[in-house]
Amino acid sequence: MFTSSEDMDTDEGGVIKQFMFVNRKAPYGTIYALEGLEVVLISAAFEQDVSMAFIDDGVYELKKAQDTKAIEQKNFSPTYRALEGYDIEKLYVEKESLEARGLTEADLLVDVIVLDRAEMAAKMAEQDVLISF
Amino acid sequence: MLHIVNKSPYERNSLESCLRLATNGSAVLLIEDGIYGATKGGSFEGKVQAAMAGVKIYVLGPDLSARGMADRVIDGVNVVDYGGFVDLVAEHSNCQSWL
Repeated sequence: MFTSSEDMDTDEGGVIKQFMFVNRKAPYGTIYALEGLEVVLISAAFEQDVSMAFIDDGVYELKKAQDTKAIEQKNFSPTYRALEGYDIEKLYVEKESLEARGLTEADLLVDVIVLDRAEMAAKMAEQDVLISF
Repeated sequence: MLHIVNKSPYERNSLESCLRLATNGSAVLLIEDGIYGATKGGSFEGKVQAAMAGVKIYVLGPDLSARGMADRVIDGVNVVDYGGFVDLVAEHSNCQSWL
């Protein structure tokens, strides 16, 4: 199941903390989603216990079939599929946020862990550090 | 009047205010994150459906495609390209952007 900071190894005396990046913005309309993703990739270098939460309009970041040619912006959605290669595999999505937007897990371009509101709240509460985008 | 909305209705109340104040016969164009207001299955769909009795709703195709939502536009909403955006601005005597 999920690791907590207590049962994780420490590296040369360094403490591994649980970091959660909270994504609440749709892609492209603002820079938050892309900036958040870049910070998550950078965080992988620090060998911490990193997870991402997608709530509210943040769930739109993971929608399949994004095609940005006509708006002449970079389509960064394939990068979410590369996170696994950086050992960032805990992508939590709030069920209620999906439902309010008419989306299901099948609409998302990467494997995620769907949590209901209470489970998401608990997951957030157990983090050492939360960073919002 | 052409109303232009660029915010998600699930994050801001711009579209809700626009629909409340748009007079019958006016047009509403959804662009950027506003396109989510033109999509099916969400909790805001009913409000857009109801508004379509009095106003015409347009949505910008390139912004739908960018967000992977081109295949789930509410029936009766008109998808336009950038040329169509220009036409809408030219056809209407005035426009209001809801930020």
